[in-house]
Amino acid sequence: MKRLKKHTRTDLITYLGVAAAFLAISALRNNGALSRSLTGQLVPICCYMSMAVSLNLTVGILGELSLGHAGFMSVGAFSGIVAAMSLQTAVPFVPLRLAIAMAVGAAAAAIAGAVVGMPVLRLRGDYLAIVTLAFGEIIKELINCLLVGYDAKGLHVVFNLTGGKTVEDLRLGEGGVALIKGAQGATATATIATFTAGFVLVMITLAVVLNLKHSRAGRAVMALRDNAIAAESIGLNVTKYKMMAFVTSAALAGAAGALYGLNFSSLQATKFNFNTSILILVFVVLGGLGNIWGSLIAAAALTVLPELLRAFSDYRMLVYAIVLILVMLATNNAGFTAFLRRFLRWPGRSTGKEAA
Amino acid sequence: MKKKLFAALMAMVMVLSLAACGGGNNDAGGDSGDSSDGGSGGAAFKIGTIGPLTGDYAIYGKAVANGAKIAVDEINAAGGDIRFEFQSEDDMGDGETSVNAYNNLMDWGMQLLVGPTTTGASIAVAAKAFEERTFMLTPSGSSVDIVIDSNTGANRDNVFQVCFTDPNQGTGSADYIAENYPDAKVAVIYQNDNAYSQGIRDTFVSEAAVKGVNIVDEETFTTDTQTNFSVQLTAVQSAGADLVFLPIYYQPASVILTQANQMGYAPTFFGVDGMDGILTMEGFDPALAEGVMLLTPFSADAEDERTQNFVKTYQAAYGELPNQFAADAYDGVYIVKAALEAAGCTSDMSSTDLCEAVTAVMTSLSVDGLTGQGMTWAEDGQVSKAPMAVVIQDGVYVTP
Repeated sequence: MKRLKKHTRTDLITYLGVAAAFLAISALRNNGALSRSLTGQLVPICCYMSMAVSLNLTVGILGELSLGHAGFMSVGAFSGIVAAMSLQTAVPFVPLRLAIAMAVGAAAAAIAGAVVGMPVLRLRGDYLAIVTLAFGEIIKELINCLLVGYDAKGLHVVFNLTGGKTVEDLRLGEGGVALIKGAQGATATATIATFTAGFVLVMITLAVVLNLKHSRAGRAVMALRDNAIAAESIGLNVTKYKMMAFVTSAALAGAAGALYGLNFSSLQATKFNFNTSILILVFVVLGGLGNIWGSLIAAAALTVLPELLRAFSDYRMLVYAIVLILVMLATNNAGFTAFLRRFLRWPGRSTGKEAA
Repeated sequence: MKKKLFAALMAMVMVLSLAACGGGNNDAGGDSGDSSDGGSGGAAFKIGTIGPLTGDYAIYGKAVANGAKIAVDEINAAGGDIRFEFQSEDDMGDGETSVNAYNNLMDWGMQLLVGPTTTGASIAVAAKAFEERTFMLTPSGSSVDIVIDSNTGANRDNVFQVCFTDPNQGTGSADYIAENYPDAKVAVIYQNDNAYSQGIRDTFVSEAAVKGVNIVDEETFTTDTQTNFSVQLTAVQSAGADLVFLPIYYQPASVILTQANQMGYAPTFFGVDGMDGILTMEGFDPALAEGVMLLTPFSADAEDERTQNFVKTYQAAYGELPNQFAADAYDGVYIVKAALEAAGCTSDMSSTDLCEAVTAVMTSLSVDGLTGQGMTWAEDGQVSKAPMAVVIQDGVYVTP
C-alpha cells in the first residue's frame, strides 16, 4: 500500500468504502435488520451523494460557485421520467429502461449545462453563481408550463406559456397517459429506481470525477482554479477546461435527478428550488471543498439526520441547524479539533491530509 | 481578494440556508410526534397522520393533526371497543419527506393511515401504501391521481379520500355558476405552480365550456408573486368581468380581496374549499370578505350539535376556529372507526390484514360526519357528498 501514490490510496479507500457500505446495507436489508425509515431513504441518499460529488467538481475542483445545481437535477429528473415512461412497452426489461432514462437525464442536463456555461464561463468573476441561481428558477417556471403526454402515436408536448392550456390540449389517444402536467408535475410515474442502481450511479460518479481530477485535463482545471492568469500564460484553454468540468458536473446531476424522479410516484418542479441547491452546496462545504469522500459522508449523514431527529418533533429542523453549525466548527477549526484530540486522545493526524 | 469574496459569498449562502431551514419553525405548535395513548382497556389500533407541521403549508398540516387528535381523544374517552393510539408526523408538504414520514410511522407500528394532508405528498405515499397494502384515507388530498394510478389506469383499491376531488370541485363550481349566474362574465385567477389550484382550474374551464359559461379572462400567479395582484385585477377589471372565480388558498385570496377593495372593484368573488379559513385569518378584515361565495363541505357556524361541540373543543384546545381541513381529519378518524366496526377488526391484526378487511367494507359504508351527511365511497375511492355553496354575510357563512 505504501508504494501507491497518496491520492491513489485515498481513491481506492473511497471506492472500497462505498462498496463495503453497499454490501453491508444490502446484507442488513435482506435480513430485515434495517428499519423501513432507513430503507426508504437509500435511493435518495445515493442521489444526493452523486449530486454532492458532482457539485464538488464545479465548486471544489473548478473553483466556481454554482447555486443552481438542483436545476440540472430537475432537468434530469423530468427528462428521465419522460424517457422511462414512454419506453414502457418498447423496453420491458426494467434495469435497462432505468439505465436509458438515466442516460437521457444526463444528456439533457449536459445540454442545459452547455447552454448555461457557454457564455458565462468565458467571463471572470462570480458570474456563474448569479446565472446558475437564475437558471434554477427559470427551469422551475419552464417545467410548470410543460405538458407532456404519451400514447400509441408517441410523445405529445405542449408549452403552456399563456396559462390557458390543459392536459386535454395534448390530444392524447386511447390509453394515453399524461406524464408531466405542468404545476401538478409528474403524477403517473412507475417507481423503478432501486438501491443497486443508486450504488452503480455513485460508483460511476466517483469514477468519472476522480479520474477527471487526476487526468491531465483535471490538473489543468485545478491550475485554472489556483491561478487563471498563470494557467493561461502556459497555453491552457481556459473556457474549454471550465466547460469540461461544468458540463460533466451537470450531466452527473442529471443522471442523479433521473434516478430520484423514478423513485417517487409524484414529483413537482418546486421540489428543485433554491433550498435544494443550497442543501447540496451544504453537503459539499461540510464535506470539504475538493474532498470527494467528505461529500459522500456529508450527503449521507445530512439526509438521514432530519429523520433521526423526528423525536424532537417541531424543533427538529432547529436541532438540525445546530448540529450543522457544531459540525462546521468541529471540522474546520484547528483549535477545536486539537482541543478535542487532547481529551479523546485521538491519534495525532497531520492536518491538511483531508484535502488529499 | 477573490478568495475573500468567495468566502463571504459562501458564508452568506450558509446563513441563508440555515434561515430557510429554521424558518418553518416559527409558529410550530407542539403536536407533532406526540402520541396519545389508547388508555388501559385492551390494545389500541395504531393510526397515524402525516402533514406539513412546519413550513409554508403548516396551517393545513396542523389543522389535520389537531382535528384527528380531537376525534381520537373523543373515541378513547367514550371507552368503546375500538381505541386508538395516534401519532402525527411532519412532511413539510414534500413528497420525499412524506414517504420518509410514512416509513417512520410504519416503524412505529402504524396499522391505518389517515393522511397525508397535501396532494403531491399524498400521491407519493399512495403508491407506497398501495404496494405495501396499508389502508390509507387522505383527509384533504384532492387529486384524482391519489386514488387512481394514471399510468396503468388502475384503481388503488385501498386508498380513499374524505374531501372532494379537484374535478368534483371544478365541475361543481362551473355547474353552480351556470345555473345561478347564467349571464355572468367570468374571470379566473389561479396559481399555476400549485397542483391543487391548477387542477380545479382545468376542470372548471372544461366544464364551463360545456355549460356555456362565458369566461372573459384568465390570470395566473405563482408562489413567488402572491403578494401583489394589481396587474391581474386590472386585467380582470378591464375585461369587464363581474364574477371572479378564485380556485386558490385563502392567503393569496385575502390579498386579492384587499387590493380589489382598494381599487374600488367589486365583482362577485367565488371560491372553493381552499377559501375556507379566510374569516379567521390574522390581520385580515373579515368585512372585505362580505359577499364572497364559496363551495365548502364544512362551516364552523353550522347549527348541528356535533359541529358545535367540535368547534368548542377545538377552540378550547388550540385557540382558533377549526377550518375544513380539521373537520376532514376529524371525519377521517370516525370513518376509520366505522369501517373497523363494520369489518369486525381487532387491534392484533397486521396492517395488511386490516387493509383487506377495511377496504372490503368501505364501499358499503355510509357515514354521517361534519363535512357531509351519508358519505359513501365509490370503488375508486372517491367520496360522494354534496358540496354546499355558502355566501359570507356579516362575517358568517350563510346558505344563499
